[in-house]
Amino acid sequence: MRRWLRHQFSRRGILSAGIVAGGGSLAAGLSSGRHAAAQGTHAEHGAGSVRLSTHAAHGNMVTVGEVDGSRNGFDPTAMLTDWDTGTVSQLPDGRVLRTYEVVGQDKEIEIAPGLMFPAWTYNGRVPGPSMRATEGDRLRIVFRNEGSHPHSMHFHGIHSARMDGVPGAGLVEPGGEFAYEFDALPFGCHLYHCHALPLKRHIHKGMYGAFIVDPDPARHPEQAAVARSRLLGTPENKEWQEFLMVMNGFDTDFDGENEVYAVNTVGHHFAKHPIRVERGRPVRIYLINVVEFDPVNSFHLHGNFLDYYDHGTTLTPSSKTVDTIMQCQGQRGILEFTYKNHEVGQYMFHAHQSEFAELGWMGMFDVVEVAS
Amino acid sequence: MNATTGQQLQAAQPATARALSATTLLWFALPLAAFLLATAWLFSSDWLKAFDVGAPPVEKLTFERTVLDGDGIHLKVRGGGSEPMTIAQVQVDEAFWTFRQDPPGEIARMGTTWLHIPYPWVVGEKHEIKVLSKTGAAFEKEIEVAVATPQAQAGNLVPQALLGAFVGIVPIVIGLLFYPALRGIGRRGVDFVLSLTIGLLAFLFVDTLEEAFEMAGNAAPAFQGRAMVVLGAAAAFLVLFAVGRRHGTPAGLALATYMALGIGLHNLGEGLAIGAAFAAGAAGLGTFLVLGFTLHNITEGIGIAAPLVGSRPSLPTFVGLALLAGAPAIAGIWLGSLSYAPHWSALALAVGAGAILQVVIEVGAYLIRSAGRQGAAVLNPSMVAGLVVGVGLMYGTAMLVKV
Repeated sequence: MRRWLRHQFSRRGILSAGIVAGGGSLAAGLSSGRHAAAQGTHAEHGAGSVRLSTHAAHGNMVTVGEVDGSRNGFDPTAMLTDWDTGTVSQLPDGRVLRTYEVVGQDKEIEIAPGLMFPAWTYNGRVPGPSMRATEGDRLRIVFRNEGSHPHSMHFHGIHSARMDGVPGAGLVEPGGEFAYEFDALPFGCHLYHCHALPLKRHIHKGMYGAFIVDPDPARHPEQAAVARSRLLGTPENKEWQEFLMVMNGFDTDFDGENEVYAVNTVGHHFAKHPIRVERGRPVRIYLINVVEFDPVNSFHLHGNFLDYYDHGTTLTPSSKTVDTIMQCQGQRGILEFTYKNHEVGQYMFHAHQSEFAELGWMGMFDVVEVAS
Repeated sequence: MNATTGQQLQAAQPATARALSATTLLWFALPLAAFLLATAWLFSSDWLKAFDVGAPPVEKLTFERTVLDGDGIHLKVRGGGSEPMTIAQVQVDEAFWTFRQDPPGEIARMGTTWLHIPYPWVVGEKHEIKVLSKTGAAFEKEIEVAVATPQAQAGNLVPQALLGAFVGIVPIVIGLLFYPALRGIGRRGVDFVLSLTIGLLAFLFVDTLEEAFEMAGNAAPAFQGRAMVVLGAAAAFLVLFAVGRRHGTPAGLALATYMALGIGLHNLGEGLAIGAAFAAGAAGLGTFLVLGFTLHNITEGIGIAAPLVGSRPSLPTFVGLALLAGAPAIAGIWLGSLSYAPHWSALALAVGAGAILQVVIEVGAYLIRSAGRQGAAVLNPSMVAGLVVGVGLMYGTAMLVKV
């Protein structure tokens, strides 16, 4: 029993100190080999002792092993930034036409080390390709269904009933093909997902992805600077560190409850592979919630506050200076924050549903100094 | 038949057996060869693929032992199902937790492995463990009330032995102390007590079998727990019955000894249950509960004393009988608290049930015989009363210990 008490004390020490110090010990395992600095304000919690411990901020509350990214064919870290801008061409009227080719496929994916899930995918990945366009572009998405069930692509955007991707309007039988055509409107952070029935299963099996529409600065003269910072490829946009995070979950035994929660599919991936953030550059996160079975999901940032643009359809924040935002199923938005005035170190982020965090939806930002 | 032909026959037999063996062996080779051929064909051809519908393999995982200590939670699991299986992750109370598997790797069909989980469990609270296989199947184990698992240390063995003696040996001794009184109650009285014994043993038989089935339900499916219990009980019964009847039907001291053996095996099972309840934290063993067990078992002692009324056994005999019937409770508690695998517990209980059945049959036969000698009805009123009181006593005192 006495031995047990020691156990509990040390664990509490690890937890509190881990939050404060940003899991200094984790740094040892990182290739960057940078120094972790404990924040002086909470030194009494013994942050120093944590650096000696073999535990990271998550202690033992983490999956065991590593996911084979090459077998999956995708990497959650790469997914943070791999925007798919389509094949660009010019329409006779001078507008931009973006063409995307998407294939529906059955594929077994590894969602936690050693844990396989029989997924339905767009282009063999979960989430599907992160489509990014500019406000007003003409979009043409050619969807070919090579899966075993009927599928569709239902975009959250402005389009005609014929292009809605519901049964009777763009539902594609196995072996079939359909081209969805519409204008990229409105600007914001959106998503697409399969709308075949039963909806719950088609979504939770992995058929969803990001659909980001950047504002056209010419259409927003009064806030052109803000719009330019959002428009992919502009010098202003390059100042930002943009990340796509799709909050998802997987019910591996199909009992209507998720066994794994994650950002970009692999549980605890960003706990083991912190996201590198340069201290001086602001951060923008395109956050999308596609989790099934649970009504809401959330994002909580440690040691910092953020501005939130619900649905990303405004150029002024819908919530200012918050550290936790909540999204229902299918809700999404843009988060903006900076570590400019922070010390370098590891800053945690996770769903503030503790259960989700403990089942995989937890990660770290590794804030580093970059010599200019 | 005269002696000469008998000798000739005996002499001829080995030669015939030898002559047979060559051809017989050859004929035994025929079905064996046919089986090998069928096996080879099954492996070489792939017509079985017609049945492959792409379903994932059937997986089973049985939790056989749970140990909680200062290092966390330790589970011994046994694989089952159609193919070897792989454990991917472990969740405790809806949180992924690190774990060490020993031995690591695939779990073969019927193979076992330990999962060591450094989880800070909380005394007196409930914990749920979910083991996820590679295919995403979830196997759940609930720890109803977390308490440190008793370790096999000398410090624990002594109080456990004391407890075993109190619920096992003490009541048998008290029951045997009725012996002088039984000698003065006459024929009718002895009939009554023997019938009472049958009643209480019948109750024990049902009770033991029920516990055996319950234990079997927790065992890995490949052990076929229910069949194992029935066969184990039947085998124990047949062996004891055959041994007991080597020199005619048992009576007197022999009958008392078999009774003590049967009750002893039952007490082993009871000890296992108490020990397991301890280990699982399911039982806060109160004074009242211990007293209940003691009271419940006193009737067993009276039963052992009853067949001895006609003879004058020595004191060492009584001591031996008391130990035979009561001491297994101590061993049971020791084994049970180390949470031995459910299939072993089920088998022990089944053997106990078989032993009890043998005693019921033999005591019954003894009663019927003595009734026949007196020219009385097979079931006189005092016997019926004895049966009813016996079952009633056991049922009533069992109420004290059922929680």
